[in-house]
Amino acid sequence: MVTGTLSVESLLDKMVSELKTLLIHRQIDDPLIIGIRTGGIWIAERLHTALALESPIGMLDISFYRDDFSQIGLHPKVQASQIPCATEGRDIVLVDDVIMSGRTIRAALNELFDYGRPSSVTLVTLLDLQRRELPIQADVYGSTMSLSPNQQVKLSGPDPLELEISQKD
Amino acid sequence: MFEIQDPNSIQLNSEGQLKHFITTEGLSKALLTEIIETADSFADMSAQQVKKVPLLRGKTVVNLFFESSTRTLSTFELAAKRLSADVLNLNISTSSTSKGETLKDTLQTLEAMHSDMFVVRHSDSGAAHFIAEHVTPNVAVINAGDGRHAHPTQAMLDMLTIKRHKGDFSPLIVAIVGDILHSRVARSQIHALRTLGAAEIRVIAPTTLLPKNIEALGVKVFTNMQAGLKDADVVIMLRLQKERMQSALLPSESEFYKLFGLTNEKLQHAKPDAVVMHPGPINRGVEIESAVADGPKSLILDQVTNGIAVRMAVMSMSMSGQMTEKNLKSEAQ
Repeated sequence: MVTGTLSVESLLDKMVSELKTLLIHRQIDDPLIIGIRTGGIWIAERLHTALALESPIGMLDISFYRDDFSQIGLHPKVQASQIPCATEGRDIVLVDDVIMSGRTIRAALNELFDYGRPSSVTLVTLLDLQRRELPIQADVYGSTMSLSPNQQVKLSGPDPLELEISQKD
Repeated sequence: MFEIQDPNSIQLNSEGQLKHFITTEGLSKALLTEIIETADSFADMSAQQVKKVPLLRGKTVVNLFFESSTRTLSTFELAAKRLSADVLNLNISTSSTSKGETLKDTLQTLEAMHSDMFVVRHSDSGAAHFIAEHVTPNVAVINAGDGRHAHPTQAMLDMLTIKRHKGDFSPLIVAIVGDILHSRVARSQIHALRTLGAAEIRVIAPTTLLPKNIEALGVKVFTNMQAGLKDADVVIMLRLQKERMQSALLPSESEFYKLFGLTNEKLQHAKPDAVVMHPGPINRGVEIESAVADGPKSLILDQVTNGIAVRMAVMSMSMSGQMTEKNLKSEAQ
């Protein structure tokens, strides 16, 4: 069974190149990058640097938008979302570290739309764990990975960025 | 008056999370900080075009006001609506003789409407606690002011306001001025400030408006305004509770203003960067000069804005605590 750490540099290179191509194809020249707290922000910062973008990074905390409030209650350490400029009419690149069920992205999209109506949203994730519960797919991803139910993966960072695969308790 | 037992046995669930919010007394520093931080992130929500989050979607919040109030009721209503709850406002007069029984009847009626949360304001101390003891399980109760006992959301919105302007509590000298005797706000503030570690808490009032043994709460007592304001970082003025004045505790309002009214001249004794707060509604020319109330040091309107955020925080935290308890119980069965 796979455990241990994995460097994300090569995955990032692949994502940057694919995202560049996609943005050109979609004729987007000034995207607004928004990362989902916490791991998504680290990835977003790397993409922001690599693409040399002018618009500052936005940070989204989706705690108030989760769909499992009645199951697990309020997350105890909620930080405010920081969206530095108007999202109305902008082309958003939404970034998270891992996509699994798709529920986090569902919550993030709902929150994003409360800030205004973006022109488009492109989804980028580092890993795709391919266990979707909702019809949401990443436009660009670093790698896919299949974990057994008792395994979990966690991104540590921001420097160095490392993926750690471990057994669940 | 109702009897008040140990508040934490009722306001915390088995995990130590808030499930009712009755008083700031006895709550841990960690929990008060959590309320402030959660409220802080709600306060930043004002950047959103749609100022609403879906946390309490499908929940019904009943504002049960046995005592009239404009700003507390409207900020609670707005807070519940920004959490996407359905809100019912009830103003009920307290004319009845057997208050306990009436309260129980009222509660049962409202519970039959499948309410999830009661926000209670009552002129009798302990009313919110009484309701929390008698509601059906999984219904949260928030105290919006009970008699002379407590007004915890007002105290916490004041703490949020101080935090946002001063940062750390530990170096602060906070002076609370005015009618301490009748003030549930002062009591809740003192408990919160002590727990959050303010360096010094002062109360400034004429002897007739000070409760007996107030020093036992860990405050310094001043009957001279100038001495009490010396080097203060935060000055909290209280409203003269005219409707609660049972006897002639004051010679006259103008005499009170002369000695204890906050003017720019008296404010000179506080630190140069001192801030001024007041829970409102203000009696201009009785507790505070208009030039101070509308001046650059006044945070009175910030307090109103922060009130919405704090009420959103305690409502969502209490509902969360109730749901956690419910889930734990169903797992145990």
